[in-house]
Amino acid sequence: MRLPRPVLRFLLPLLILVGWAVASHLVANPYILPTIASVLEVLLHPFKDILGSGSLVENALVSMGRVALGFLLGAVVAVPLGILMGRSEQTKAFADSTIELLRPVPPLAWVPLALAWFGIGLSSIVFIIFIGAFFPILLNTIDGVRGVKRTWVEAAATLGAQERQILFRVILPGALPTIWTGLRVGFGIAWMCVVAAEMLPGTTSGLGYLILYAYNFGQMQVILAGMVVIGLIGLTIDYLFKSVEARRFGWRELER
Amino acid sequence: MKLQIRDVSRDFVTEQGEVVHALEGVSLEVGERECVCILGPSGCGKTTLLRIVAGLDRPTSGSVFIDAHRIDKPCPKLVMIFQEYSLFPWRTVRENIAFGLEIQGVPVEQRAGPVERYLGLVGLADFGGHYPYELSGGMRQRVAVARALAIEPEVLLMDEPFGALDAQTRNVMQRELLRLREKTQKTILFVTHSVDEAVFLADRIVVLTRRPGKIREIVPVSHCVHPRDRTCREFVEIRRHVLDLIAEGRGDSNGADG
Repeated sequence: MRLPRPVLRFLLPLLILVGWAVASHLVANPYILPTIASVLEVLLHPFKDILGSGSLVENALVSMGRVALGFLLGAVVAVPLGILMGRSEQTKAFADSTIELLRPVPPLAWVPLALAWFGIGLSSIVFIIFIGAFFPILLNTIDGVRGVKRTWVEAAATLGAQERQILFRVILPGALPTIWTGLRVGFGIAWMCVVAAEMLPGTTSGLGYLILYAYNFGQMQVILAGMVVIGLIGLTIDYLFKSVEARRFGWRELER
Repeated sequence: MKLQIRDVSRDFVTEQGEVVHALEGVSLEVGERECVCILGPSGCGKTTLLRIVAGLDRPTSGSVFIDAHRIDKPCPKLVMIFQEYSLFPWRTVRENIAFGLEIQGVPVEQRAGPVERYLGLVGLADFGGHYPYELSGGMRQRVAVARALAIEPEVLLMDEPFGALDAQTRNVMQRELLRLREKTQKTILFVTHSVDEAVFLADRIVVLTRRPGKIREIVPVSHCVHPRDRTCREFVEIRRHVLDLIAEGRGDSNGADG
């Protein structure tokens, strides 16, 4: 039997929900597995204060603000650096080994350093997010710039374009689809980093903080509701990135 | 306007450190409104020569002048049209044609006139809003020609512009080029490896030898009136002569293709 795609897409989530309902009934212990109803109860009151730590919406906004800050910082540094490294063999040779060495270090491994340098608070969290967003944006920008066809650059030069005009009117638009992919991937990692970073000691807001705090009170339904919100926000932003990709950068796929 | 190539040589150094002489002592003058085809076997340095004239490459020795101006970087008086599709895929046809005007700082409202004019001239008036990937190979090269003409250059440098097209489209484009030349009165320096194409288009054919590329002979064709009939006796004779020159240069007796 072949199921149509839309049915297939929702089949697994549905099975998980059914399994959850059955399991929570059998376990019958809200400290281990809360019921779907209790989680829905939390999700349906997103403005309600939770254990004196603010509502879901407030904490989500705090997390989003932090991620925006770290992500933008990452993009502002990584894109120009990536363009430089993509254009100049010298810069690439100069920075390549350092970047290759730092790249596999997980953002969370920077936590102790971040705490030592910036102390507990916003700067540390933003720094961790910055590290997370930086590398995918940088590497994709380098790739994008290297993928710009030499013929495009030469065609622009022969039509009278100077270095600067070639950079802004040929290299940048030519590399933009790949840079955009880097931004999308970078944002995904940044979003994971913010939640983890908010679990650091001394943090008193954000979705990461909320779910860890709820754990201390055995509020499993809050933890699960928080995880659902984290997932939904990540999904939505990824979708937004992808829809811009499809609308603006369709030429990359169609160009033969 | 006069284009002068004076004693141009170009050496390349390969990765193994060998020196390859791509061009050696090439001198040529191209007059106003002339159409000169550079012809030769692959690897004879004809594209290198064109790139030097375009300012995209530098000669090892010798120089190129347009009037009194020495060319050492790209110059808007000479625009190159490439074999590969060089259109900017993120721009519509209209935006591609406007590129050169944008670069020169022509205000938006003054770009529309020339853009529409050249769009019409290459027969694509209805395709201004399309993207390059929506067009056939022949149409894309028309856009490339319109984009080049829009900045009003004096010389068109064409590097096997129809090389990637099928034979049918190629013939159509050759006739189109002659029509455009009639209308715009541009000087054309055209690189090809097709003898047929050269004899059909050129006032003079410059035959290059195999590496190092030197001028073997300059064959005048201007006595042959347009539109040229590819099967007439005169055409066939010139074609045979050029084929012989190329075969000699290769040291074998088979003619070149095309």
